[in-house]
Amino acid sequence: MTDFFQALVNGFGQGSIYALLALGYVMIYKATRVISFAQPALMVVGGLFSYHFTSELGLNFWVGMVLGIVCGALVGMLVERIALRPMLGKPVFTLAIITIGVDIVLRIVSNRYIGVQSRIIEYPGGNERFSIGDVSISHQRLGLIAVTAVTVAALALFFQYSRTGLAMRATALDQETALAQGIRVGAVFALAWAIAGGLAAIAGTFVATGNAGIEQTSWIIALKALPAIIIGGLDSVQGAVVGGLAVGIVEALTATFQPDVAPWLGANFALVAPYALMFVVLLVRPYGLFGTREVERV
Amino acid sequence: MSSRLRGRPLVRTSYAQDMALLNTPAKRRSTIAIVIASFLVPFLVTDDLLLVLTLGMISAVGAIGLNLVTGYAGQVSLGHAFFIGLGAYTGAVLGGDPDAAVTGYGLPIYVWLPAAGIVAAVAGLLVGPIAVRLRGLYLAIVTLGLVFLGDHIFREARDLTGGPGVGRRGPDLVVFGIDMGESGVVLGLDLAREQRQFLMALVFLIVFAVLARNIARSGVGRAFSAIRDRDVAAAVIGVDLTRYKVMAFAMSSFFAGVTGALYYAVVGVFEPSAFGLLLSVQYLAMILIGGVATISGAIMGAIFISSLGRISGEIAHVLPFISESSGTDGLLSVFQLEAILYGVLIIVFLIFEPRGLFGIWTRIRNYWKGWPFSY
Repeated sequence: MTDFFQALVNGFGQGSIYALLALGYVMIYKATRVISFAQPALMVVGGLFSYHFTSELGLNFWVGMVLGIVCGALVGMLVERIALRPMLGKPVFTLAIITIGVDIVLRIVSNRYIGVQSRIIEYPGGNERFSIGDVSISHQRLGLIAVTAVTVAALALFFQYSRTGLAMRATALDQETALAQGIRVGAVFALAWAIAGGLAAIAGTFVATGNAGIEQTSWIIALKALPAIIIGGLDSVQGAVVGGLAVGIVEALTATFQPDVAPWLGANFALVAPYALMFVVLLVRPYGLFGTREVERV
Repeated sequence: MSSRLRGRPLVRTSYAQDMALLNTPAKRRSTIAIVIASFLVPFLVTDDLLLVLTLGMISAVGAIGLNLVTGYAGQVSLGHAFFIGLGAYTGAVLGGDPDAAVTGYGLPIYVWLPAAGIVAAVAGLLVGPIAVRLRGLYLAIVTLGLVFLGDHIFREARDLTGGPGVGRRGPDLVVFGIDMGESGVVLGLDLAREQRQFLMALVFLIVFAVLARNIARSGVGRAFSAIRDRDVAAAVIGVDLTRYKVMAFAMSSFFAGVTGALYYAVVGVFEPSAFGLLLSVQYLAMILIGGVATISGAIMGAIFISSLGRISGEIAHVLPFISESSGTDGLLSVFQLEAILYGVLIIVFLIFEPRGLFGIWTRIRNYWKGWPFSY
């Protein structure tokens, strides 16, 4: 039973990273109807900015992270402006493929920076762990969960109560009508990408504070947020959070129990468990748990 | 009815003439010229370049397959690498050396090549029903998941694949008693290994290109296009969506399987990590850069993308800040340059020439067609 709760706690921590990334995907999807495959690169780039500010320039961790978020947001806006704005109105498939191109280019550039060593940000809480009974959680994981909770709450309030948030919701509902109401749709796109870039930067920063830090292969982590958004439903903010946490928890549970329960699935099955979960959910609910069913108009 | 008007080669008097494979005299002549020229290539080009072209032509078969499902039927698939992997391992297991450490049955090419296609096609049949329920980007992500699951399976099935870091050999290429891996005299011609492989790949490419072209211009192909353009409308006019989507996936996977088996038979040793997301993206790049929903475009794109490694090598010779090793000296290594070129080319083509190389060709052709009144 201890194993189970420990896995649950670990999964919750890892799931927070997925939830942040999934939120970024959903932001971009809701604003522009495009799935951005550039998110892995944005995560790595954002994490590296934080790394540079904290470990290289010696700033305080939280200050460095905020600067990293700002830089990540700027990169997101830049990507939108250069690669996606000229393609407005083209099929979404084309746009999605362009983001794959952006992803490859950004990742190569960041791989040059990373080199062969892994880039680890020192977390201010060190290796301290808190425990309740036999279940323990590291200071770093707790910080991650807290930051995620604050971010998600802030975003929810922003969408619900601010004028800009209202403009974003209106744009997500109907771009042309929003335009007719005087909303600058282009600015909304830029903002959506900026938010996505910032969220990815938070995720990247916490990936970098983990044991492995940011390596050349770390970008794979961000792809696991894709099953998360599919499970939650592409256009649902709460779906992204729930999906992200679900993916993290399933991954941790599989890592704990699969080697004993189902060894025939092979070593490291936990790494692909999110994708297996995605297949199962899709067979039952093709638009995810919280997604809106597409209505066909002829 | 179907007789042609004399002296008016471009006037069609029947639907069959309009839909013919080579429906204009210019097409007929240029196709014959290109085929003849291609058969002469192995005698004019150096061996290392021949190998690049051979692999490009084999990839073209897979690219044509992807074009069937993504270009013609409009079902975005990021899972092509999985089907290629299935084909590669089916070919390697059935045709591989029975005495090696990994499983191999040493069967001839008449068995392993069709089997590679069929196994991949069956996998495609299984994916098809999911594709029926999902549309657009949902499908793209699900097929992406397929690549990761496939990658896991290939890594874990060690007695079939050799496992990561070790890999296994592909099947031996022996067609009609001629070993493509050796040099020697064939039909009175002294052919080196690379020349033999090139000619074999060319024959396979022609067979599969004509096959795909025939699928595309038949009722099946028109059903695919109808689904791509508007699936609801297609269903209304009587296209069975389930049937044709499943069919598109199965056909495309068959092509992918054949490509996988042949490609790694030529390459030799290969590892499970070859069938990752990057391979899928490469194939997408082939059809996007070559030209979506065109057979000749897919071929051009495949050969172009396959030559990209070679091209970036040549660029590295010229530009001093690109190092030729994989180390960290210089601004970029050759491999990084190659990967960046993929990304940049995809973006540039989609923004400036969405119809790809085929579109560029159409523009040149139309310019000369209207000459001297072209604008």
